Amino acid sequence: MSEELSFTLDGRRIPFQDGQTVMDAALAAGIYIPHLCFNPDFAPHGSCRVCLVKVNSRFQASCTTPAADGLAVQSETEELREIRRGILQMLFVEGNHVCPACEKSGACQLQAVAYYVGMLNPHFSHFYPRRPVDASHSEAVIDFNRCILCELCVRASRDVDGKNIFAVQGRGIEAHLVVNTPSGKLGATNFSIHDKAAQVCPTGAILTKHQGYNTPIGQRLYDRKPISVVGDVAHLPESRGGRRHD
Amino acid sequence: MAEPQSSALTETVCDIVQRHSGMPTRLLQILRDVQDQLTWLAPETLDQVAQELGISPNKVHSVAEFYSFLYTAPRGCYDILFSDNITDRMLGNRELLHYLCDRLKVDIGETRADGTVTVGTTSCTGMCDQGPAALVNGYTLTRLDQTRLDRIAELVESRMPLEQWPPEFFEVSSNIRRADILLGRHFADGAALRAVLKRGAAVILEEMVKSGLRGQGGAGFKSAAKWISCRDAPGDVKYVVCNADEGEPGTFKDRVLMQDFADLVFEGMTLCGRVIGAEHGFVYLRGEYRYLLPSLKATLQRRREAGLLGNGILGDPTFNFDIDIHLGAGAYVCGEESALIESLEGKHGVPRIRPPFPTTHGYLNKPTVVNNVETFATTAKIAVEGGDWFASRGTLESKGTKLLSLSGDCERPGIYEYPFGVTVRRVLEDCGARDAQGIQMAGPAGHMISAKQFDRRICFEDLATGGSFMVFDQSRDILDGIRNFAHFFVHESCGFCTPCRVGTSLMRDLVIKVHTGHGTLYDLDEMRNLGRIMQVSCHCGLGQTAPNPVLDSLEQFPEAYEQRLRATTFEPAFDLNAALEEARQISGRTDAGAYLLDEDLLLIGAMP
Amino acid sequence: MIESKLKVATCSLAGCFGCHMSLLDLDERLFELVDRIELDRSPLTDIKELGECDVGLIEGGVCNAENVHVLMEFRARCKILVAIGACALNGGVPAMRNQFSLKECLEESYLKEIGLVNPQIPDDPELPLLLNKVHPLHEVVKIDYFLPGCPPSADTIWTFISQLLSGQPIALSYTQIHYD
Repeated sequence: MSEELSFTLDGRRIPFQDGQTVMDAALAAGIYIPHLCFNPDFAPHGSCRVCLVKVNSRFQASCTTPAADGLAVQSETEELREIRRGILQMLFVEGNHVCPACEKSGACQLQAVAYYVGMLNPHFSHFYPRRPVDASHSEAVIDFNRCILCELCVRASRDVDGKNIFAVQGRGIEAHLVVNTPSGKLGATNFSIHDKAAQVCPTGAILTKHQGYNTPIGQRLYDRKPISVVGDVAHLPESRGGRRHD
Repeated sequence: MAEPQSSALTETVCDIVQRHSGMPTRLLQILRDVQDQLTWLAPETLDQVAQELGISPNKVHSVAEFYSFLYTAPRGCYDILFSDNITDRMLGNRELLHYLCDRLKVDIGETRADGTVTVGTTSCTGMCDQGPAALVNGYTLTRLDQTRLDRIAELVESRMPLEQWPPEFFEVSSNIRRADILLGRHFADGAALRAVLKRGAAVILEEMVKSGLRGQGGAGFKSAAKWISCRDAPGDVKYVVCNADEGEPGTFKDRVLMQDFADLVFEGMTLCGRVIGAEHGFVYLRGEYRYLLPSLKATLQRRREAGLLGNGILGDPTFNFDIDIHLGAGAYVCGEESALIESLEGKHGVPRIRPPFPTTHGYLNKPTVVNNVETFATTAKIAVEGGDWFASRGTLESKGTKLLSLSGDCERPGIYEYPFGVTVRRVLEDCGARDAQGIQMAGPAGHMISAKQFDRRICFEDLATGGSFMVFDQSRDILDGIRNFAHFFVHESCGFCTPCRVGTSLMRDLVIKVHTGHGTLYDLDEMRNLGRIMQVSCHCGLGQTAPNPVLDSLEQFPEAYEQRLRATTFEPAFDLNAALEEARQISGRTDAGAYLLDEDLLLIGAMP
Repeated sequence: MIESKLKVATCSLAGCFGCHMSLLDLDERLFELVDRIELDRSPLTDIKELGECDVGLIEGGVCNAENVHVLMEFRARCKILVAIGACALNGGVPAMRNQFSLKECLEESYLKEIGLVNPQIPDDPELPLLLNKVHPLHEVVKIDYFLPGCPPSADTIWTFISQLLSGQPIALSYTQIHYD
């Protein structure tokens, strides 16, 4: 049993422990696989599909694929880049992502991952859904236009904060984020900007009020270096432009 | 606020919840029952259900929003849903739908102002051999025609209770056209259970291994391996689940088995319970087959009385097994086994992450065998007749027989049982399909094949199928079918993963663009690229197979696409002139500048 | 100078001319640019009629019938069509009106707005008729290259144009790609 368990990722040997997923092991080895609904603080969800990799010859989400000895995993191939780009483009046309008018721009994981996979345009036809903005809460605002249904806020509020403030309702393209109050308003909940749920959104859908555009363009989180180097906004402290409370 | 009304609501909900023992796993069943009484599920009703069950209101709302047959907006006392599969369309359902709406003075998908009636459409109801079909308050109507609709309109207008409608409107025929070992041989109730008691579970499993039986739902996983894996999984409590959520458009063989061979299915489930060590089984019956519920419950009761179900089966005090029937509520995705389990647990039907698989982590995270109706029925036969007997039919990799559901352009639609390996051509000859140009095999999620492939064989080595077999003759426009399927997948996507949630809508829009004569070669490439992304990246089989009809038909029937393409290299994604209509109306302008001229629009596709 | 100069046209549709400002930000590089290209129709030349061009650079999305006409003309006359900036790529800020019906937008602007004299929704044939939604260029014509940014920086534009004019593959650095 002295042999260490390992698989290869783009030819590089990645050690892992039993119970780890391909994503876990890659992260531990310091290798970036782009992702949106995955956050190491939570059980994998597998819904955004951005972390798709090729395992032996099958495509699988790396965040839900158990690591196994001897697997040959591909991640940074042109084929996967194209597929990931396609998935990102779907997310961009599904919602209303007006980066120039979003205060999260520059420190947005959705945007940063799109840069990472080389997305130059949204390619598909836009849905332009009509979605509300909820500014009823004194400390936070929800812009549903930017929600990508990663369910991180749902999970954080339910599993960490114990408040169960968010849910996803509806089926198919009608699926949407809701706030669990009769009015559907965040202001009617006990949501706090210190909640875990306020720190996990990978887009500008959940924002803290009164601190927009604090950082000049050029100095924002992902302005100079890609997300593969900088890390996820949810895991970087606010002092560096991230979402994690210091 | 009307106090008596709200206390009546409390009482209704309270009664129903109690009837279901206050179990949150019965949430879907509870909501169905509540809706039966109240016609729809108002927010306060849902909150009441949550309160009675002691669960979070948002869970109840999520479930209510997910299933097509649960309504969170008011519905008519008569809720009429036309089955809208391509086979219903071939039989003229659209004309009938419009006819009935005209008669009842109601718009499609709307509830009439007086609250009497709602008329809409729904995905395939599994009556393709006797359509056009519809559901009224969940009960199946078959063989619709104008005369029948005239009568239905009168019954609706006079508010006649459904029980007093002519019974022949609800008649469902089995149409068994060809029987082999499953449908053709007599089976003595209890024979399989006697066999397992006499020979032991291990021996029966050996027979199963020898039989080579594979999942008849279409996925083809070896049934014995599934049973063994579940038997060997740690845990004392295990479950048997029968997947009767036959949602694949064009298939209806499970409906016939549940109608005419329910004993055989229940016997297979009970056998499985004995083999894997489970004492509880569920049938997940699709909501569209609600009409079967009374007869199935009666059969279960009869089996209990005959000592074939319940405690001490056949007098053996260690043989305990009983079966509950759960009714679905209009969600194709619940045919995926892990989504089905979620639904059984009272949740909305989103497929789970796999692994772990149900055989180790299934219902309530306990080891669970999920098999298709036909698979269970077959196992009962194998237990009696032996694995070699079964394996003597079929091909090397596909043993035994397969039930096919034949519909579309053929003289004798219905159920055909063939040994695996039968050619498509043979099936077409038998059902009287003289002029077929193509077959949608295994439903929209399967494969579309053209005449040059009619010598292919139906078996796992070649054309795997769950049983759907829809024939398109030369008079049909293949793209009508493709468009119907594209809509189907948009409606049935659960919305969990990005490429299915968004991709199905994008694909539908491209299909409509081409179908309506606005597409170019560029759009065909777009379809191929989008389809490829969906195939490899979706979370479950629904999304992975959703582009199949488009991708197959692009390959098999390129002319169906090419003949309606514009000669230009590119066409806009939307109708430019129509996009100006709103402004024309608001401003009242009719001058030349208020329209885009055809010769201008031609420039769009003109590239140097 | 042996080879003839490439003809380039530019225009702004439903945009703010910010991308053109960025183009002007090329500063002294503009001299190098005009050595290599000849500007056809463009806000910078005030040429009204579009001639046959090698490259068309378009800023802004498509919000009215006139935008459609201009875009169609560019597509027909330019060998290579480039969408520049957020609005051209996804509708941008003007497309935020897609959250409302056209009727709501016009009523808000022309009937309800405080301080209006003689409120009425304009119906003058001189005015381009509005589309019910604002669309990005690629939903109307085939686009060959996309240059994101609001606006793309002068550096980005310069890199792009230099590579395009010299026939190299387009390769922008990380800091040259941004959506805002």
